[in-house]
Amino acid sequence: MFYVSMFFQYVSQYMKTRLQYRADFFMEILSDLLNQVVNLVFILVVFGHTKFLSGWSREEIIFIYGFFLIPFALFSAFFNIWDFNDRYIVKGEMDRILTRPIHSLFQVILERIELEALFGVVTGLIIIFYSGISLDLQLAWYDPILFIIFAMGGALAYAAIFVAIASIGFWSDAKTSIMPMMYNIGNYGRYPVDIYNKVIRFVLTWVLPFAFVGVYPASYFLRKEEWYAYAFATPVIGVAFFVISVFIWNQGVKRYRGAGN
Amino acid sequence: MGKYLAMIRMRFLMMLAYRTDYYTGILIYSINIGAYYFLWNAIYGEKSSIEGLSGMQMTTYVAVAWMARAFYFNNIDREIATEIKDGKVAIEMIRPYNYLGMKTMQGLGEGIFRFFFFSIPGMLLVAFIFPIELPHEPSTWGMFGISLLFSFIINTQINLLTGITTFFLYNNAGLIRAKRVIIDLFSGLLLPISFYPVWAQEVMKYLPFQGISYVPSMIFTNGYSSGEIGMALLQQLIWCIILIMPIQLLWIVAKKQLIIQGG
Repeated sequence: MFYVSMFFQYVSQYMKTRLQYRADFFMEILSDLLNQVVNLVFILVVFGHTKFLSGWSREEIIFIYGFFLIPFALFSAFFNIWDFNDRYIVKGEMDRILTRPIHSLFQVILERIELEALFGVVTGLIIIFYSGISLDLQLAWYDPILFIIFAMGGALAYAAIFVAIASIGFWSDAKTSIMPMMYNIGNYGRYPVDIYNKVIRFVLTWVLPFAFVGVYPASYFLRKEEWYAYAFATPVIGVAFFVISVFIWNQGVKRYRGAGN
Repeated sequence: MGKYLAMIRMRFLMMLAYRTDYYTGILIYSINIGAYYFLWNAIYGEKSSIEGLSGMQMTTYVAVAWMARAFYFNNIDREIATEIKDGKVAIEMIRPYNYLGMKTMQGLGEGIFRFFFFSIPGMLLVAFIFPIELPHEPSTWGMFGISLLFSFIINTQINLLTGITTFFLYNNAGLIRAKRVIIDLFSGLLLPISFYPVWAQEVMKYLPFQGISYVPSMIFTNGYSSGEIGMALLQQLIWCIILIMPIQLLWIVAKKQLIIQGG
């Protein structure tokens, strides 16, 4: 309960500060939108030259992209910790965090919240509905529930990777740029994994489970039965990886000695 | 002149100090090229060529486009924005140099560093992993070099423009991000311009963006005939000159209505 009220207090503070720079707030949403449009244009232009991508049609690829946007939006809104190392370890902010009676990761997440990223859920849904209708996908009554579970599983998988990488900062306080690299690898998960070679496919499934953010869960709704096992594994993978990453984080906090002074 | 050369040198040395950034940078670019390599392989499938580019040329295009980006890409728009927000720009303006000129030189220092320590080793690394065809003619390399220099100028000019808008918008992180996305798309970094539908190509002809990535990459992959190379270089040069005007204009207006936020 305490954590829930904490959450809403941070959110209301956040809204106040954000609305100070209103123009920038909307520009931020607009630039996210633009980013999504660019990715869509890429898919559309590519399919101007080919009918299928390893057996996947244009609408299916668009559907996967639309699905990907939703867990990605959840992740970007609540796990905006790509500069954790710089901000918290090098500048010593972590010391302040550790004096407070809330779990340190929860606090860091709250401080770095970026709610405008949630707008991606809306674009994701629009894209999914559009491509779902043109693919004539049938919905069962439990599909929306599965959809929510899969989206959350994907977001957790994404978050787990970034929490684990942020934790590296506890062991090495040198400035690292692994985070932006991960954003790029995340893009691999947006396309059908069967276009990549075996090594990359293995990495995207079992090491950096980005495939569970896009193509695997989306393939359930596309009725690709050969991928069902992976699709249903999404929440399990999400929770499992997230638990592991929080464990790594906790170990890191134990090791953390503070910066200077 | 000497003080500008000193600027280039200083930025060059600063880049040397951040070595981990540099190693991971090469890795990031290689990963990006790898992702596009597999994607394009799937797109090409059985086809031997699309829009006049063979599969091999496409891989080369992607590789050289990203490695060229290392040279022309810089963050001076963000730096200008920060200096305006911190109020530091007021001090910079009374110093005995042209502020925008100095920013350009810093960008150039960064570019030269990345060109020698990033693009060239990166290109070698990528050529080792993926099937890439390097041009044989020395003249192609020369044209590519000239074109790349124009890329830097055009991209830097657009960065200066975006940076100056901070004077009017106060906080323009969103705009800077939007600009980056637009350049990735319209410059031909993600997709060769010839892949777009004809109407879109027509529109893009009247924009400066394809001078940033498409032109040098096409020269490098032998995607242009010699006549086309001349035209493309001329177009780049014209944009370099045209873009000076809005920059000067905005700069004059901006100086007049300078508001220092804090500091």
